[in-house]
Amino acid sequence: MTDATSSQTPGGAAPNDGRDASGQMIAADGRPLKKSLARALRAQKLRALALIAPLLLFVLITFIAPIADMLFRSVENQIVSDTMPRATEALQDWDANAGELPPEEVFEAAYYDLFIAAENKAHTRLGSRLNYEESGMSSMFRRAGRGLDDIGEVYQDQFKDLNGDWDEARPWAELMGDATWISQLESWDGESTAPRVALRDDIEALLPRTAEAYQIFAEFVQTVDEDNPLEEEPWTMVHTALYQDLLDVDVSGYSGPRADMLKAADALVADPTFETITFKDGFEEIDEDWLLLENWRVIKAYSPDYTIGYFATAADLEKTPDGISLRDEDERIYAKLFQRTLFMSLVITASCILLGYPIAYLLSNLPMRTANLLMILVLLPFWTSLLVRTSAWKVMLQNQGVINDTLVWLGMVADDGRLQMINNQFGTIVAMTHILLPFMILPMYSVMSTIPPSYVRAAKSLGATNWTTFWRVYFPQSVPGIGAGSILVFILSIGYYITPEIVGGTSGIFISNRIAYHISSSLNWGLAAALGSILLVVVLALYWAYDRIVGIDNVKLGG
Amino acid sequence: MKLTKTLLATSALTVAAAGAYAAGHGMSDSMTLVSWGGAYQESQDKAYLQPYLAMNEGVSASWDESSAEAVAKLRAMNEAGNITWDLVDVVASDAMRLCDEGLAMEIDHDEMLAAAPDGTSASDDFGDLIVSDCFVPQIVYSTTFGYRTDMVGDTPPSTVCDVFDLEAYPGKRALQKRPIDNMEWALYCDGVEKDAIYDTLSTDEGVDRALAKLDTIKSEVVWWTAGAETPQLLADGEVVMGSTFNGRLFSAIAEQNQPIGMLWDMQSFDLDGWIIPAGLSDERKARALDFLKFATDTQRLADQAKYISYGPARASSAPLVGKHETLGIDMAPHMPTDPANASNVHIYDYEWWADNRDDLDAKFQAWLAQ
Repeated sequence: MTDATSSQTPGGAAPNDGRDASGQMIAADGRPLKKSLARALRAQKLRALALIAPLLLFVLITFIAPIADMLFRSVENQIVSDTMPRATEALQDWDANAGELPPEEVFEAAYYDLFIAAENKAHTRLGSRLNYEESGMSSMFRRAGRGLDDIGEVYQDQFKDLNGDWDEARPWAELMGDATWISQLESWDGESTAPRVALRDDIEALLPRTAEAYQIFAEFVQTVDEDNPLEEEPWTMVHTALYQDLLDVDVSGYSGPRADMLKAADALVADPTFETITFKDGFEEIDEDWLLLENWRVIKAYSPDYTIGYFATAADLEKTPDGISLRDEDERIYAKLFQRTLFMSLVITASCILLGYPIAYLLSNLPMRTANLLMILVLLPFWTSLLVRTSAWKVMLQNQGVINDTLVWLGMVADDGRLQMINNQFGTIVAMTHILLPFMILPMYSVMSTIPPSYVRAAKSLGATNWTTFWRVYFPQSVPGIGAGSILVFILSIGYYITPEIVGGTSGIFISNRIAYHISSSLNWGLAAALGSILLVVVLALYWAYDRIVGIDNVKLGG
Repeated sequence: MKLTKTLLATSALTVAAAGAYAAGHGMSDSMTLVSWGGAYQESQDKAYLQPYLAMNEGVSASWDESSAEAVAKLRAMNEAGNITWDLVDVVASDAMRLCDEGLAMEIDHDEMLAAAPDGTSASDDFGDLIVSDCFVPQIVYSTTFGYRTDMVGDTPPSTVCDVFDLEAYPGKRALQKRPIDNMEWALYCDGVEKDAIYDTLSTDEGVDRALAKLDTIKSEVVWWTAGAETPQLLADGEVVMGSTFNGRLFSAIAEQNQPIGMLWDMQSFDLDGWIIPAGLSDERKARALDFLKFATDTQRLADQAKYISYGPARASSAPLVGKHETLGIDMAPHMPTDPANASNVHIYDYEWWADNRDDLDAKFQAWLAQ
């Protein structure tokens, strides 16, 4: 800016009247003025940014990021595909609407998935997750964790009866493992990093399922349990995999370690008396719920990584394989709570305006000394604990409380006809109006105290009545204070939680009480996040509407 | 300057020494216990913690009154990868959920806990009360009804169904704002056999039936969420009768001399006990287990009953229950497990509620909001 003006002063007269050949304005140093100006502004902006950077970072890290992370949970659903990767894959081809249970392959995939999940103690977590969608799935998964061994034991027992080595750690390791890995294991002290699990290539080609199962087992034992696979007998899942492999392949050409043991097992499996169990029957024995079509439909519906299921629930809808449908009437609650929250917040804001305006007016027009005293009275409750104030209202409003007792004593109500003023909407509105009143009075006061009294006097001297003076001259100037106070009170009350919880009963609770319930009691954080997101969007939409109608420029927090 | 240096050096030495001591024993020398606050936590402090600290010099412990939000907070700590609690007191259903979520450590009851004085193994001594692999039971408490003796006329309520009888006992009642217990009582008083309650509740018609029964008193119910509310409501005369934890009623009756009577009929048994969070370091785990073994032995559990009227979870502790520490009254008749009180009880089905709580809660809340 200074560069530009100096270049136009006669003293610093530049050639061509401060313009270059193409007619662009140029600065004293010969650069085009536009660029020079942009540079100066950019430096200023950077400096400003550097000044607010600490705050910005602080807000980003401690406020925006956690909120974004929490809200993201409303769509996140990887838990199903993470815990049951094979089963969700196998379910892809299954038609959920055909009215038939998934094929044996799905049960097989679910067996391996859940066996591994149970070792990792992840199966019950998935059960809790799916129980939000369908009652009973929680214990269905818990029982699967306990009962899946029964399937593998069918095979394990028969192999063990044939040759005790099938239930020993060492022979298994020799059959499956690479020689280097085994020798590394022999010298492993259990403290240092475990050697990488390596199986022999020929066995991986011959017995693919067993190799995969054994690999998972060995890695788990080494890294999670920090035990030595040479000393831990394999899970029954490995025996199941071996049985499946032996059904398919011919091991007569195998000549590696433990060849006799493997060939004998192959002969045993080929024997018609060999006892087998289908995975489906196995699951049925664990819990009959595993054969309920509805449960598989839920697993399939929730197998994608992201879901709108939580948002559907938050809108009283239901996500099923057939699509989205309205919930049963006896389960609809959230739409009603959102409406009630908005309605009551509006009522609270309105009553704060009605009560706060005269006080703010009085405060700004009284002499300083009296005003300060009044101000302390306004602020005093503000400094008192929220819980104390809410509990005080309980004492005041309850049936045997101060107000009812006084009314009965005065004979205004009968003793058996005491007024119900708490555990309902009335109680919530009264208590919250009281608690939020300072947020209305303070912005109003700071705006009103800047309105020059001479305007009012001028209006009166020109013949206006008291009312006209107030309504036409004073009130319009105080509107920005009302706007600021209303926004503060409304947004605070829409997310209020403690007061409605204590004095709201059943008809006076807000949506935030349900959010708190889902965060701390039901642990359905996805639903809580969805409800929170909707609340946030509603607030932003109202803010936008307010800006369009009233104009955010009209809001003043101070003179 | 010199003083500061000396101080610094000394404290550094102390820390190092303490560290070396702890490392030598393989146990951390501080722990954070989580409980419910109030008289209950005080009884644990007196019966378990103070004797333990007296025996183990150099160990420090602090209480955190967060049991009500323990499940959510443990989940958050687990996600943040920073578990600050060493031992958490939770109700049995929460212990099950923590175990399901992998947030609590599995306990080998026989190996990690003390056997009874007569040699009975811990798992036999606790018996059926071990409802989850992660849970070490501590007390048996019950949710039951108290009533204002001066507001019920000459015939005080004798069965839980009097709660549903507005003609004989007009006035407000306090019920907990959750479906658990209330649905069962409603069905029982609607004529369902005790054994058939959960089967009935498993059907949509059963749920409707329970809610219809609750509907008959809905206008007269004050719903509570914190255990302290009902004794207060009773003391203020706000309600004629109300459900709450039996220990709260005991303290209102025996310690504060309020005109309140106990209604033990169909009291709902529940359990409270310890879990150890999953993912503690070996030193902290060792300390927590050491304390747990001490705090849940037969004598310690019996000692707790000196301060609060909750029944010890070990069968072997029951004969050792003595008199109240300050009032000097016999505690046994005030225990929910006392035969005279336990003639007709409701056994809360943890597994059933673990499965159905999400669904029923949605229906219950929708019903409340109607």
